[in-house]
Amino acid sequence: MFGEHGFFIIACYGVSALALGALALWIFADGRLVRRRLTELEARGVRRRSAGRADA
Amino acid sequence: MALMDFANPTRFLALSGRVLPWLTGLALATLALGFFLAFRAPQDYQQGETVRIMYIHVPFAWLAMFGYSMLAASALGILVWRHPLADVAHKAMAPIGAVFAFLCLFTGSLWGRPMWGTYWVWDARLTSMLVLLLLYLGLLALRSAIEDPNQAGRAAAVLSLVGFVNVPIVKFSVDWWNTLHQPASVFRMDGPTIHPSLLWPLMICALGFTLLMLALHMAAMRNEIYRRRLRVLEARAAAEAAYA
Repeated sequence: MFGEHGFFIIACYGVSALALGALALWIFADGRLVRRRLTELEARGVRRRSAGRADA
Repeated sequence: MALMDFANPTRFLALSGRVLPWLTGLALATLALGFFLAFRAPQDYQQGETVRIMYIHVPFAWLAMFGYSMLAASALGILVWRHPLADVAHKAMAPIGAVFAFLCLFTGSLWGRPMWGTYWVWDARLTSMLVLLLLYLGLLALRSAIEDPNQAGRAAAVLSLVGFVNVPIVKFSVDWWNTLHQPASVFRMDGPTIHPSLLWPLMICALGFTLLMLALHMAAMRNEIYRRRLRVLEARAAAEAAYA
């Protein structure tokens, strides 16, 4: 596939997909972790001072 | 409602929560269309099949510069207006821009080997793009080296503004110096020199990657806002535990 330079083309697309996929996964996992810890603290009754009016 | 009213973390979370799924879907659909057209486009008469690398390499290069320009704009927001959302935007963009700059260099290197006979040459375009990657990595290192988040934000803002001088150098390096890298062939005063059969897939891929970068940035900004709220709550919980 892609002739004599197939390796270079496939490597470019493969590594790009891996790097962008890893970046997206890292951002997604980071968001889940932070929100879970935030929910745990709020469940223990610790809330921001502005939570009542800003998040209402 | 004024535009500045949206630059409020709580409003940003509400708005981005609604926009993000659509933006991500649009980015993936645009990329799918772009790749479909890119792999149906004709070969280049000189480069043959390796021209397929252009459809990712060129958007990565543009977006590495675009990301840094957004960093510089955010840096102004930090230093001039001291807006918290500007600091959030600045911090969230650095790792994303670093990945795009790395991928630009990586794909360019693999494209250079069959076309130029070498993976790397210290010409002005390649070297200035490497400097851009190092600036991104430097910003990440600087933020993690300073414990106080406000101080780290201001230091990173100053570094990103100083480093912004490199962005026009990357762009115009091929005009100012003799380089192995080809001169600009899309954004030129006399119009693009690429045939429309190759240009259209390139522009659609570039649009798709731009939407993807914006979606990743928006998601990373949301994480950073939540992280700052978490930090405040953890400090409050620790203080309450100390007084108890």
